[in-house]
Amino acid sequence: MTRKFWTRAVLFLGALVFLFPFYYMLVGSFQESPDTTVKGVFPTGGWTFHNYVDINSRVNLFQSLLNSVIITSGVLVGTVIFGVLAGYALARLRFRGRGTLFAVMLLVQIIPFQLLVIPLYVMVVRSYGLADSYAGMILPFAINSTAVFVFRQFFIGLPDDLFSAAMLDGASELRILWSVAIPLVRPAILTAGLITFIGPWNEFLWPFLVSKDQHLQPLAVTLANYISNIAGRATNPFGAILAGAVVLAAPAVALFVAFQKHFTATDISSGVKG
Amino acid sequence: MNAPVTGRILGRQPLGLLFAAPYALFLAMVFAYPLGLAVWMSFHDYFFAAPGVPVDRPFVGLENYATVLGDPDVRRSFFNVGVFLVINVPLTVVLSLVLAAGLNAAVRARTFLRVSYYVPYVTASVALVAVWLFLFSSGGLVNEILGPLAPSPSWLVNAKAAMPLIALFVTWKQLGLFILLYLAALQAIPKDLYEAAAVDRATGIRAFWHVTVPGVRPATALVVILATITGANLFTEPYLLTNGGGPDGASTSPVFVMYQKGIEQGNPDTAAAIGVVLVIAVLLISLVNRKFLERD
Repeated sequence: MTRKFWTRAVLFLGALVFLFPFYYMLVGSFQESPDTTVKGVFPTGGWTFHNYVDINSRVNLFQSLLNSVIITSGVLVGTVIFGVLAGYALARLRFRGRGTLFAVMLLVQIIPFQLLVIPLYVMVVRSYGLADSYAGMILPFAINSTAVFVFRQFFIGLPDDLFSAAMLDGASELRILWSVAIPLVRPAILTAGLITFIGPWNEFLWPFLVSKDQHLQPLAVTLANYISNIAGRATNPFGAILAGAVVLAAPAVALFVAFQKHFTATDISSGVKG
Repeated sequence: MNAPVTGRILGRQPLGLLFAAPYALFLAMVFAYPLGLAVWMSFHDYFFAAPGVPVDRPFVGLENYATVLGDPDVRRSFFNVGVFLVINVPLTVVLSLVLAAGLNAAVRARTFLRVSYYVPYVTASVALVAVWLFLFSSGGLVNEILGPLAPSPSWLVNAKAAMPLIALFVTWKQLGLFILLYLAALQAIPKDLYEAAAVDRATGIRAFWHVTVPGVRPATALVVILATITGANLFTEPYLLTNGGGPDGASTSPVFVMYQKGIEQGNPDTAAAIGVVLVIAVLLISLVNRKFLERD
């Protein structure tokens, strides 16, 4: 046996371990009564859509999904508009405080968000009165710092000639941003958008703290509440739980499979380590 | 206006201030101010009051810290995270480096493998916890396979197995990110280092040990720090997977205790003190880690 063979064997075995829970989630969500034996991994019958109907009646699947979409879109819009501006300024413009802003941006990525949870809760819920509102759930994530970093790296990587040519033509800084930099930034927007998306879409703790109204909660929260409230009580709750999990997981998985080209080693390491 | 004067005060391109202002304001509002507030709260007798009502919040010195450090629940939660890190960090470093090295050498099906590894990373913890609950429940597939070897009581209700299982879950969930970080580091190792090693008859495992491992050392330092921060942030898994840090507090985490004390029991001051202690612990670990991994 060659070493190459063993390398590939380990790699594919690893991939199998990584993907199996997803397969098991999907299969379980379509089973009338989940069979936990080894034979149940490859079921031959008992298929049903009922688990999806069931979870929909218990957590209002459509409304929760809509809430997740609204919260995530708010974060994406904020990050793209203000993140591109900040990234451009940090990369290309000399202004007072640039060094400080850059240092703080790097620092943000090291301080655990959870330390800030209690004071943020005090501010957002008690002082601003934003409990049970989309704004309150969006606010702490409104501009993703990793995305700002990705934009900055992108603008730094653009050739100087591009900008000096426009400057010689007498274009203003605003005009250069609008007609030179923005048209080129699209690949960076995709990468930054993907990195940003997984934050609010998957976040559980923050929306869980600030929303008590089920009609406003994102899917991660309604599903978690369903899991913690009925776990152990219902006779066979797993079908509905797994169906909810599939609905929560599917958009993220689909996005990252479709746009995998924009989520590579270089994209991520430049974004995370700076 | 006199351009050189504004230039001296605002910088050469003051428009940059305008572009960066929303982001700077955002950082001040949701990062700098709460950070200061957390520290301030931890030194005061802070309690929830109706907005606008003036209340006295006296300075209490280190009292909140004394309460926190003397609290067996808090100490337990820090111990639990210690157990978590001892399992999670080495496992993460070894597995992600080995898989990244394999991936770096593989030509065929590379995209498929890469995507397979990072899919758990991009998926919500809540969704993944759902399937792990199913897999590791007492009558679940894992115990079916183990048969008589299955732990008793079962994984999630077993005081010895609950925290290690959470550590395993998080390793699996986060590994994709770390594989990507190592892949980037591996691509930066010059090829001639391997050629030079081959001249010295160091290939395969020996080349891995003498060229690859030292070559990715800065990435290893980063992976250790990021994995430690993830461990310090642990909340969803103890809350959902082990049903509130169970059994009997065996899988609580500092953030979970912060949530209980600060929000459920209405003591945000002691919760803030837990947060400050937690961050100091993370910073200490990062410093020690830098000393060991970043020296040349």
